[in-house]
Amino acid sequence: MEALELARWQFGITTVYHYFFVPITIGLSLLVAILQTTWMRTRNPEWLRLTKFFGKLFTINFALGLVTGIVQEFQFGMNWSDYSRFVGDIFGAPLAIEALLAFFLESTFLGLWIFGWGRIPERLHASCMWIIHIGTVLSAYFILAANSFMQNPVGYLNNPETGRAELTDFWAVLTNPVQLVAFPHVIAAAWMTGGGFMLAIALWHVWSSRSPRTDRPMYRKAAMIGAVTVLVGGLGTVISGDLQGKVMTEVQPMKMAAAEALYDSVPEGEGAPFSIVTVGTLDGHHEVWAITVPKLLSYLSTGTLDGAVEGINDLQAEYEVTYAGSDLTERDDYRPIVPVTYWTFRLMMGFGFAAMGIAAIALLWLWRGKELRHRAWHWSAVAVMFLPLLANSTGWMFTEMGRQPWLVFGLMGTSSGVSPGTTVAEVATSMIGFTLLYGVLAVIEVGLILRYTRAGAPEHDGASLDPRDRAEDEPFVFTY
Amino acid sequence: MELTTIWFILIAVLWVGYFVLEGFDFGVGALFPVLGRGKDPRDRETRRRVMLSTIGPVWDGNEVWLLTAGGAMFAAFPHWYATLFSGFYLPLFLILVALIIRALGFDYRGKVDSALWRKRWDLCIVIGSVTPAVLWGVAFTNIVRGVPIDAQMEYTGGLFTLLNPVALLGGSVSLGLFVTHGALFLALKTDGPIRHEARAIAVRVGLVSAVLGAVWLSIIHRDTGTATSWLVAGLAALALLGALRMARAGSEGWAFAGTFAAIGLGVASLFLALFPDVMPSSTDPAHSLTAVNASSTDYTLTIMTWVAVIFLPIVLLYTSWSYWTFRKRVSGHHIPDVDLVDEEATPAR
Ligand code: HDD
Ligand code: HEM
Ligand code: HEM
Repeated sequence: MEALELARWQFGITTVYHYFFVPITIGLSLLVAILQTTWMRTRNPEWLRLTKFFGKLFTINFALGLVTGIVQEFQFGMNWSDYSRFVGDIFGAPLAIEALLAFFLESTFLGLWIFGWGRIPERLHASCMWIIHIGTVLSAYFILAANSFMQNPVGYLNNPETGRAELTDFWAVLTNPVQLVAFPHVIAAAWMTGGGFMLAIALWHVWSSRSPRTDRPMYRKAAMIGAVTVLVGGLGTVISGDLQGKVMTEVQPMKMAAAEALYDSVPEGEGAPFSIVTVGTLDGHHEVWAITVPKLLSYLSTGTLDGAVEGINDLQAEYEVTYAGSDLTERDDYRPIVPVTYWTFRLMMGFGFAAMGIAAIALLWLWRGKELRHRAWHWSAVAVMFLPLLANSTGWMFTEMGRQPWLVFGLMGTSSGVSPGTTVAEVATSMIGFTLLYGVLAVIEVGLILRYTRAGAPEHDGASLDPRDRAEDEPFVFTY
Repeated sequence: MELTTIWFILIAVLWVGYFVLEGFDFGVGALFPVLGRGKDPRDRETRRRVMLSTIGPVWDGNEVWLLTAGGAMFAAFPHWYATLFSGFYLPLFLILVALIIRALGFDYRGKVDSALWRKRWDLCIVIGSVTPAVLWGVAFTNIVRGVPIDAQMEYTGGLFTLLNPVALLGGSVSLGLFVTHGALFLALKTDGPIRHEARAIAVRVGLVSAVLGAVWLSIIHRDTGTATSWLVAGLAALALLGALRMARAGSEGWAFAGTFAAIGLGVASLFLALFPDVMPSSTDPAHSLTAVNASSTDYTLTIMTWVAVIFLPIVLLYTSWSYWTFRKRVSGHHIPDVDLVDEEATPAR
């Protein structure tokens, strides 16, 4: 294997891994903030217990999001130094701004939240979690601005003298059309993930014979909040995803065609079908067999039932002319791996719809006050925890692998971004090292989450959390 | 002043911020087995939890200075970021692994009530604190003294090029200083036996670091220094000696301020010795990366300047507020009951 392959695997593995924790952090910070604010308003101890319970799970998850993020920050320089040189003028700014605006907020206020129980005024303490949520959303905004530049470069000038892309309009980078649709999609997807997390864990307690019967009503409330969040977030992802499809058709038509495994263009007036299953030849160049929904693809990509949609083969021919002799990509092949884009796109939507379906049924039953005792329910609770996570991962795989062979669309091929000086041995060391370490950490994390889930919401001892009521040398209320 | 010079200064400020802040939490982590000892397991555990509670609310914010320094190098000097992080590949990999296990150690060690579990995470905390404390010293010595870089701005040395004697000396100085800094932080933030033991350790380790540090800084400034960098290095030495005097006299606040200043001035003197280069080439001075040839365009630098001018003060404001909120000393009675039920226990709430 070459350093390039290894660097790509490493980037893929470490970002997908980072992105298991990210949407939970974004979604759960919002939900914990809501729980805590509800407690402040109602003073019903159930809400306080839920706040502490999900707050603890939140900190366990946050820790891994944090440490895996640090790797991401430095990986551009380590493995992708030529890429960093080429786009640093544009790409570095959102990264630095993300750290300055978002990471300081998140980490400082999380410290205040964890250690501030009973030590800072209650109202202020509850707002810490809201500030953390704002921090995570800001962080998402800036990192997505950087990523959107790679999908659709804007606000730059390609300077032949310095051999790099230089920033000419920062506002354009921050309001990239891709960014404007990807950001709501990602945030809504993250809320959905947080909701699924809460729904699954609360449902488990609704059934578990281990948790006290008297706690059931409390967990039912939590489950309902989780279910509503999945549905609201789900609606948001569907609407924003639909908009994304239209933007994508405009700026990365090849990705849209590959998402559909649409080999031959469909002219204006005919209406391109949306395929449910397509079997293509293994090299991804031809369609063999397909089941389709008439005209749906035309609608998804153009908003009309019979808009024209370009196919992979025509686009390939077009790009061969556009980039003739440019040497930007390794081979003169502008097609991503079609089976991958095709299936990840469908899986993303499928996982999302499945999660929404489970949430809707669960909500209906909880609403009616029914007992949910059937065996199948246990499995759907497990599923609703993981389905949104899987939808997120497949969504990113689609976005990123659908961008191939470009690193920055139209400007730089993936093969030219890798660090020229690093050796295969070095990249292999770090790739194997991170993969093994991440594997061990996954086991530890899952173990901890299970342990704390089982332990349930801590009892409330009735002591006041107002610092004015507490003596100087009383033990801390909440630590790591 | 040139924008590139302003950004050189800002990057220096971010690294100074990183080392004066995370320096003490590296020190506290490294001192875990030294100050967190005790015959009685309950006493030992209480001590460790006290130590952890001093840095608990702040270490993560301290680490963000590193992320900001890295991001700002990427934005303002992409070539510096690219050459440095691809060149110092393996040390950086080790630093990342260390930071990962350390952070998880802080967060996870108290989450399962088992002696073995805690023992393992404590080991992670110690290794994770000592490793970067040493490696950052090694890395900065090499940055200032120069490493082999070719005309394409690529690092051409290997791992062992970086592990030269002066760099290793630098690594031991940074470790020693951070341990001193951490010990003084503990002396300032705790009450009870740890406070007194920490003060004694600070004086001893501080003296050794002062001697090693003087040799190390003299070598660096003899080779690449200017009058100003010598002056600042001298002030750093004075601050350290002052800190040790204050520690002996029992004024912990001033002593901590002393190591804070010593580390800050020491790092500043390195950046002064570096300027106008950002990564000098030992192969050929013509290949050196400078603040000018490694930088972004003026347009990017202008935007980043505005962002820094507006947001850095806000960050400093709420960071200070957080330190102020947790200003009280921590001692054994703040630690919720330590049960020490072994294995198969329920999680501590
Ligand atoms: C859509 C959101 C999103 C995306 C695409 C990414 N991240 Fe992330 N990142 C977050 C959202 C986030 C977060 C929600 O803000 C995290 C997750 C858990 C956490 O602690 O904060 C975080 C943590 C986090 C941290 C630790 C911050 C701290 O110390 O508090 C760093 C350095 C990065 N990320 C860097 C990156 C880089 C370089 C990425 C690109 C490859 C990246 N993240 C993708
Ligand atoms: C957090 C969610 C993300 C996930 C799950 C993700 C996933 C992936 C995957 C699977 C690859 C490998 C593609 C391949 O090699 O075929 C990849 C590559 C890459 N992505 Fe992302 N990505 C994410 C976010 C980002 C962001 C926010 C950026 C930039 C700011 C980014 C920049 C890159 C780069 C530089 C590569 C390496 C080059 C390449 O192989 O294409 N990614 N990502
Ligand atoms: C019917 C529903 C959905 C549609 C039509 C849709 C559409 C899309 C499209 C077109 C993209 C690619 C954007 C690009 O590459 O430019 C995308 C990416 C993505 N999707 Fe979806 N999506 C849907 C549901 C979901 C769900 C349920 C989730 C997660 C819970 C999700 C998570 C993601 C993520 C994380 C990305 C990558 C980031 C991005 O580019 O925005 N999507 N989606």
